Amino acid sequence: MDEAELVGAARGGDRQAFDELVRRTFVDTFTLARRLTGNEEDARDVVQEAYLRAWKGIGKFRGDAAFSTWLYRITANAAASSIQRRRRHRVVPFDDDFEPVDTGAEQLVSQGAETAEALDRIADALDDLPVKLRSVVVLKDVYGLSHEAIADELGISVSAAKVRLHRARHKLRDVLYDEGAQADAV
Amino acid sequence: MRCDEVTALLPGLVDGDPVGFEAERHVETCLRCQAELARYRRLLRTLSMLRTRYAEPTPGLLGETLAVITEAAERGARHTLLSGRRLAYAGAIGGGALAAGATAAVLIARSRKRALSLAG
Repeated sequence: MDEAELVGAARGGDRQAFDELVRRTFVDTFTLARRLTGNEEDARDVVQEAYLRAWKGIGKFRGDAAFSTWLYRITANAAASSIQRRRRHRVVPFDDDFEPVDTGAEQLVSQGAETAEALDRIADALDDLPVKLRSVVVLKDVYGLSHEAIADELGISVSAAKVRLHRARHKLRDVLYDEGAQADAV
Repeated sequence: MRCDEVTALLPGLVDGDPVGFEAERHVETCLRCQAELARYRRLLRTLSMLRTRYAEPTPGLLGETLAVITEAAERGARHTLLSGRRLAYAGAIGGGALAAGATAAVLIARSRKRALSLAG
């Protein structure tokens, strides 16, 4: 069965079809949840919540977008809820204070950003971003969601989403390339 | 425009956002800003490559997730069943009351008719 058929069956209440969709998308969804939350523990909760919401809402899925995109949006929304809950329960949770860490960026610049090591560094730099900025840059630049979709799922305006995206990119650029740029200038 | 003013616009320019004629013209002629824009392009390219760099899910999480959905689905089914039964009970009670009312009306009508015929 292809994805469209599985979605059609799941919309009609076929649990086996939905379970198959879960199996096929699980690693991808977990990866997104991990990137959005920045840690594995919260990612687990977000994944379960996302699939539960997807099961409850599958009847409303109209198929305008790909199933994976629909699931990304649900996951983003579940992660945003999880983050809000954490905010209420932790004393020093997600401030915007951001201390760029030394990531050995000269090497990254000289070797080119497309190496496995560079991907590890950029993943680490993402984890170090404040969550508000991380969510937007992950959804836009890694998963390709539109500004409108991101704004919808995170409960912010489109202009706020753009501002956060630009700030996130600026911070990532500082972390990854600043030392290299200074070294170039010398 | 100065480089520091244009630099602030580069995270948007890399998406093709309109930044104004002056800023665009500055970038066209400024090697420093062009290098900076190239860094942002490289950053975006690398970020997009993360899309297929998957994280390893916690062992057992898939099974747990399917179990959570099963539990929710069963809860939902029980709820639906209960709602259905409630509807059926309500229908039965309503139907019974209606039938009783109709029977009573018929009996009353008959007794009146009999009373009238006896009187006549």
